[in-house]
Amino acid sequence: MSEEGINPRRRRLLVITSGLGVVGTAFALTPFVLSMMPSARAKAAGAPVEVDISKLEPGQLLTVEWRGKPVWILRRTPAMLKSLAEVEGLLADPKSGVADQQPTYAQNDTRAIKPEILILVGICTHLGCSPDKRLDAGFASGLGGDWKGGFFCPCHGSKFDLAGRVFKNVPAPTNLPVPPHAYLSDTRIVIGADQKGAA
Amino acid sequence: MQKLLTWIDDRFPLTKVWKEHLAEYYAPKNFNFWYYFGSLALLVLVMQIATGIFLTMHYKPDTGLAFASVEYIMRDVDWGWLIRYMHSTGASFFFIVVYLHMFRGLLYGSYRQPRELLWLIGVVIFVALMAEAFMGYLLPWGNMSYWGAQVIISLFDAIPVIGPGLSEWIRGDFVVSDATLNRFFAFHVIAIPLILVALVFVHIVALHKVGSNNPDGVEIKKKKGADGHPLDGIPFHPYYTVKDIVGVTVFLMIFAAVMFFAPELWGWFLEPDNFVPANILQTPPEIVPLWYFTPFYSILRANVYNFLWIDAKIWGVIFMGLSIMVFFFLPWLDRSPAKSIRYRGWMYKTALTIFVVSFIILGYLGTKSPEIISMFWFKNVYWVQAFTVLYFAFFFLMPIYTKLDKTKPVPERVTWK
Repeated sequence: MSEEGINPRRRRLLVITSGLGVVGTAFALTPFVLSMMPSARAKAAGAPVEVDISKLEPGQLLTVEWRGKPVWILRRTPAMLKSLAEVEGLLADPKSGVADQQPTYAQNDTRAIKPEILILVGICTHLGCSPDKRLDAGFASGLGGDWKGGFFCPCHGSKFDLAGRVFKNVPAPTNLPVPPHAYLSDTRIVIGADQKGAA
Repeated sequence: MQKLLTWIDDRFPLTKVWKEHLAEYYAPKNFNFWYYFGSLALLVLVMQIATGIFLTMHYKPDTGLAFASVEYIMRDVDWGWLIRYMHSTGASFFFIVVYLHMFRGLLYGSYRQPRELLWLIGVVIFVALMAEAFMGYLLPWGNMSYWGAQVIISLFDAIPVIGPGLSEWIRGDFVVSDATLNRFFAFHVIAIPLILVALVFVHIVALHKVGSNNPDGVEIKKKKGADGHPLDGIPFHPYYTVKDIVGVTVFLMIFAAVMFFAPELWGWFLEPDNFVPANILQTPPEIVPLWYFTPFYSILRANVYNFLWIDAKIWGVIFMGLSIMVFFFLPWLDRSPAKSIRYRGWMYKTALTIFVVSFIILGYLGTKSPEIISMFWFKNVYWVQAFTVLYFAFFFLMPIYTKLDKTKPVPERVTWK
């Protein structure tokens, strides 16, 4: 650009108007960007879900939908609970140290309020697939003889034990999340709400 | 007629554009088979837009209606099956043609100076095409559509701090839902096609500025005749328009054969799991993207180790992003004095062969579970790791081996039998 005949005052005005134009454009774009956020209806759709678990047999797993995600309710057998201690050495986070992955009342050895009832969001913490239930131990699981039972994500091979705790050296970084939940009675639970209120 | 042309030329540079870009655009006379794929890519783009317009007339972007509306197109709309199969087969053929077009660039050094910008625009087109294909794949709302989108959008979750908010913004919900389907429809039919068409236009403008490369990697503009035209150049029209028609004819024969007799291509072009409506409680036994994404998908799941205080998951995302971004750096990684493979030594030839083999094997393994054994002795995940290393070695070692490589002297003029 030729430097000749430049009027400093005009140059200054040009810089100021262009700068203001950029700010104005950013303001004008904001509504369009924000229109893509979850809408009021999407936010309202996340209401808590009540589940009756009286018919759930030991070793049986029930899947319910909460906020569009699969939530698993598994009634663990004594053998299943025993396996939790056996695999501890193979896990990345056996003590559930990552606080975001469960409410404090599930930050224990079984990751549950009542040891036999396990409640998990069935979405792999790697990339959001829903892992397979490979609850049986041994060769029947298809994962080899030393498998103690748990969950296996077919997408990228992440493995979780029967408390949703992630194994070492798999792509998933953290344990499967335990959703906020509470017991309304011995056989009724609510998912998505607890003593602290709705999540 | 002449009077009409003069009338137009006084108001719009019609004859000038015709001459500059067709009748007097001089292209090297030694183009070979590999030079069909640029014009074929343009043909497929036009086909996808044309069939897409007609599909839009019947398709419903609503989670309750989408799957059924695609089946409605297939069964009840007159010739709907043909238009839909043209579109789905066209998507795969688009990638076949574009991959061959890119391979041509690797063969003959078409990304080298002075065509760096031409190459960069091309890589942006490739990225836009991947976005277009990914969003289009959600629209039938099959189970693989749903879970594929779920997995790929979750990639953004891996970004520290802003990740979770960003993926909510992309989905417009906490999970892939109606809001996601609706916006992907908007992107797939309006936003990205517009961008693609604009980028292709810019790609051709850049090409016509620098002129086409050729199988000898010789700059034909350096040797001009008395008339000012390159000695080794021939006018694009009629010579290459006619040549390209031959390519189009053969291409359409192959295309039609697939479209009529094997539109699903045994699960490679349309996956069996996508003939089941989306089910948010049930992941398909194996989440596999369509074949054209599987090499990158393999790289995504290659890494299973946490190192340098960064999760394995984030490394996977970084490696996959890098495996695409690295194409942008190609013009500056190559230090060879020769552009074309014809005058390069054994090192580049070996490297390119290893790269192509790695790309194909990564693509194959991307369709298989990482925990099983699909090739000799080792679990797939180990093969994927090995070939991921080879994939990146092609790029990152390029400054070294192209410099060490013994090249043959490059001729002054193109070779021509």
